[in-house]
Amino acid sequence: MNATMAKSSSPKRSRLTRQGVVMTLYLVFLLLPIYWLLNMSLKTNEEILSTFSLWPQDLTFKNYITIFTDPSWYSGYINSITYVLMNTVISITVALPAAYAFSRYRFLGDKHLFFWLLTNRMAPPAVFALPFFQLYSSVGLFDTHIGVALAHCLFNVPLAVWILEGFMSGVPKEIDETAYIDGYSFGRFFTRIFMPLIASGIGVTAFFCFMFSWVELLLARTLTSVAAKPIAATMTRTVSASGMDWGVLAAAGILTIIPGALVIWFVRNYIAKGFALGRV
Amino acid sequence: MAEIYLKKLAHSYLPNPQKPEDYALKEIDQVWEDGKAYALLGSSGCGKSTLLNIISGLLTPSQGQVLFDGQEVTQLPTEQRQIAQVFQFPVVYDTMTVYDNLAFPLRNRKQDEASIKTRVAEIADMLELTADLKKKARGLTADAKQKISLGRGLVRQDVAAILFDEPLTVIDPHLKWLLRMQLKALHQRLNRTMIYVTHDQTEALTFADQVVVMYDGYVVQIGTPQELFERPEHTFVGYFIGSPGMNVLPVSLEGATAYLNGQSLALTTRYISQPGDKLELGIRPEFTQLSPIPSAHSLTVTIKRIEDIGRHKIARADYQGREINIVIPEDQPVSVDYKYLTLDPRHIHLYANGWRLKQEASA
Amino acid sequence: MNKTWNNKAWWMVLPVVLLVAFSAVIPLMTVVNYSVQDTFGNNQFFWAGLQWFEEIVNSERFHDALGRQFLFSGIILLIEIPLGIFIAMNMPKKGWSISVCLVLMSLPLLIPWNVVGTIWQIFGRVDIGLLGAAANKLGIDYNYTRDIGDAWFTVIIMDVWHWTSLVALLCYAGLQSIPEAYYQAARIDGASKWAIFRYIQLPKMRGVLLIAVLLRFMDSFMIYTEPFVVTGGGPGNATTFLSIDLVKMAIGQFDLGPAAAFSLVYFLIILLLSWVFYTIMTNLDKQER
Repeated sequence: MNATMAKSSSPKRSRLTRQGVVMTLYLVFLLLPIYWLLNMSLKTNEEILSTFSLWPQDLTFKNYITIFTDPSWYSGYINSITYVLMNTVISITVALPAAYAFSRYRFLGDKHLFFWLLTNRMAPPAVFALPFFQLYSSVGLFDTHIGVALAHCLFNVPLAVWILEGFMSGVPKEIDETAYIDGYSFGRFFTRIFMPLIASGIGVTAFFCFMFSWVELLLARTLTSVAAKPIAATMTRTVSASGMDWGVLAAAGILTIIPGALVIWFVRNYIAKGFALGRV
Repeated sequence: MAEIYLKKLAHSYLPNPQKPEDYALKEIDQVWEDGKAYALLGSSGCGKSTLLNIISGLLTPSQGQVLFDGQEVTQLPTEQRQIAQVFQFPVVYDTMTVYDNLAFPLRNRKQDEASIKTRVAEIADMLELTADLKKKARGLTADAKQKISLGRGLVRQDVAAILFDEPLTVIDPHLKWLLRMQLKALHQRLNRTMIYVTHDQTEALTFADQVVVMYDGYVVQIGTPQELFERPEHTFVGYFIGSPGMNVLPVSLEGATAYLNGQSLALTTRYISQPGDKLELGIRPEFTQLSPIPSAHSLTVTIKRIEDIGRHKIARADYQGREINIVIPEDQPVSVDYKYLTLDPRHIHLYANGWRLKQEASA
Repeated sequence: MNKTWNNKAWWMVLPVVLLVAFSAVIPLMTVVNYSVQDTFGNNQFFWAGLQWFEEIVNSERFHDALGRQFLFSGIILLIEIPLGIFIAMNMPKKGWSISVCLVLMSLPLLIPWNVVGTIWQIFGRVDIGLLGAAANKLGIDYNYTRDIGDAWFTVIIMDVWHWTSLVALLCYAGLQSIPEAYYQAARIDGASKWAIFRYIQLPKMRGVLLIAVLLRFMDSFMIYTEPFVVTGGGPGNATTFLSIDLVKMAIGQFDLGPAAAFSLVYFLIILLLSWVFYTIMTNLDKQER
C-alpha cells in the first residue's frame, strides 16, 4: 500500500509517457474503424458515395429511423437477445454441477470426458452447420429461439465447464467438508455457501457465454429463417436492387455494437479479474 | 556494512502536511550503528513499514535525510543503495533453480561465473541450502524460500544493510523459532547491519540488539530488550512489551508520595511534573506482590481469577474498577484471600501524558 | 487437490453430456454417415467407403486451403501473442484510465462477427473507407478486392484488431496477480527490465498464455464469417480458408459426401493440433516444477 503510493510520486515520467503513447495508439487503432462506421451511419448515401469527409457534413438520423420503423429490424434484436440469454442460462445451469464434479471428484473416464467436452469447443461451426440444419429441422427446432440456444451450447457448455472448474478448484475442499459436518445437505450447501463463493466465476462464465453466443452468426443464421432471425443476419438485407444501402448498413452495425458495449460497461470492474479465469 | 544515520527524518503521505497527525512518521534523528541488529516493533499502522521503506528507498521522505556511512542516499533509488530485503511473503524466482536464484544478484552485477560459484556455495552452506541447489525454487517450502531471499541479500558483498519485513509471517510455527535462531546466529557470524520489522515482541526481543518501539508515528523508545523491560519510556512500551503488559494506574503526586484514589504510596525519589499533566503510575506485574496481611502502602484488591501458565501464575485483580495483573512465582502460595497488594517502589515509574517522568535528582 | 473417487459424480455431469451429445454426437454421426456415401440426388445413397477421404486428402484444393489456413493462423499468433503481451505491459496499473482501457479494449470482442467483417469491408474500401482512401491518397496502391497481398493484409489486420485485446486482457490479468514485492525484490537484485520480464512476468503469465494460444489457435483455425464478409474468399481463392472452402463445398455445390469427409479431416486436424499444443505446454509446465 505504502509502497505503491510512493512509486507514483517518484520520478518516473519517461515511462509514464511511453505507456501513454502505446496505449493511445492502440486505442486509436481499435476505435478508428468503429468511428468510421459511426461516421457513415450519420451520412446520407449520396454523401457517402460523393464526398470523402472525416465527419458528416450533412448530419442525418434517417438511417436509424429506417431501422426503428421497420419491425423486422427490431424483432431481430429481440430474437438475438432472447436466444443469447437462453443459452447463457442453460449453459450455466448444466455446467455448474458438472464443473463441481470435475473439480472435486475422480470418476470413471473423467479425464477423457473433460477432453471430449473441450473438443466440442474446437469444433468448427462450419462442420456442423449442415447436419444441425437437418437435425433441428427433423425435430422441429428449426427457426426457434431455443434451437439456436441449444446449438450454441455446443461450444458454450464446454467453455462454461472449463472456466467454472478453474474457479471451483480455487475453493478449498475443506469448506465443503465443514459444511457437510455442519449438517448441510448438498443442495443447500451448493446454493447457499458454494455459489456465493464462486459468484465472480459465475459472472465471468455468463459474460463469456453471452459474448460467444452474441457474436456467433454462422449457426444462428443457418438455423433460423424468420421467427428467430438474429439481428446480425438481418443486416445482410441492406443489399437492394439499387446497390448497397451503406448508410443503413452502417447504422445497423452501430446498433449491434451497443448491447455488447452495455454489457462491458456493467462488468467493467470485473473484467481484469475475470479474464484470469481463476487460473493465474 | 554501514552505519545508518536518519537525519531529521519525517514522512507524510499528504502533499501538504500541517498538523502532527498528518505525519505517518514523526521526526526522528538517530544513528543506527554498523553491524548491529535492530528491530522495529509496533502494531500495524505505527509507521514501521514507512520507516523501512524510507531506508530501503521505496519511499522518499518528505523531510530529512538518510545517510549510509555519512553518504547521503535520500534520493537514490533502491537498486543503488546497496541494501537487501526479505519480504513478508517469500519472493523467489520460481522458474530458476536455487543456485540461479542465489547467483541472480551477482549475475546482474556482471560478476564472473567462477567467483559467483564460490560465493553461492559459501552462502548456500551457511544457510544449509547446499542439498537443494539444483532444485527448482518453486517446489520448496516457505521457510526454504525465505532462506533463498535472505541468501540473495547475503551473496552480495557490498550490502550495507539487510532489511526484514515481517519475514516469518508465513512460516509454520514450529519452524519459526528455528529460523529465528539461524538468523540470530548468522547475524553474530556476519556482523552485518540488520533491520527487522515485526509486530511480535518475542521476535523483536530475541533477535535484536536494539529494539526500536514505534507508536502512532513516533519512535517512543530505542533500547536493549532489558532496558525496554525495566524502564519503559512510554506507557505504550510498558503495555506492548511484557506478558502481561505493565499495569498503568492514574495517580496524583505530592513530593515523593503518589496517591492512588486516596491510598498513599511511597516513592524512592521526587518527580517533576507540570500542573495539568495526566499523571499515571506504571508498574510491571513482575514487581508486585500479593499478601494475606495488610502493610503500610498496600492496596486492597479483589482477586478475580488466577491463571497458571506454567512458568508462573498470573492473578487478575480488581482495584477500584481497574484491572491489575500480578505475576506470582510458581512456588508461592496464592488464594483469593490474598488481597493486599504491595508495589516494589524501586520499579515504580511515573508517566505524564504517557511519557516517563524524569526523576528530580537526575533532572 | 486430492480428489476422492466417486462414480456418483457421473450424475452431475450427465446433463452436460446429454446436452452436448445431442448437439455434437448426432450431427457428427450425420457427417460420418455422409462421408462414406455417395448420392445422385433423390435421397438415394450408395456406400462409397473411404473414397471421399482419399479424394479430399489428396486434393490440391484441400491442400491449398490447409496451407492458407496454417499460414493465416501462424501469422496471427505471431502478431497477436507478442503484441498482446506488449499491450498488457503498457496498460495503466491504477487510476481511472484502467476502466477506460478495459472497456474500450473489450469492445471489438463483443461485436458480432459479421459486423466485424462489415466494419473492415467498409474501412478498407478504396472509395468510401478511411483506410483504403487514405492509403491511395498516400500513393500506396491498395485494393483488397484485387490484390492478393492487400486482401491478406486486410484479413490479418482485421483479426489483430478483433482479437489482440483478448490476449492483452488475459495477460493483464496474469500481470495483476504479481505482488509488488516481486518488483521491489527485482530492483534490489539489480535486475534489468528484460530479466524482470523473463523471470517474473513471463512465468506468471504462463497459465493465461496457454489459454490465449489455445483459444486463438482454435478460433483462427475455424475462422469463417469475418474474412467471408470482407473478401468472400477472394480474390480468386486467395483468402479461402478451410471453413470458407467447406461451406462453399457443402452449401454452394451441395457435394455432401466430399464436404462431410472434408469436415472430419478438418476437425481431426484441429483436435490433433490442439492436443499437441496442450501436451507440449503442460509438459513444459511440469518440467519447470
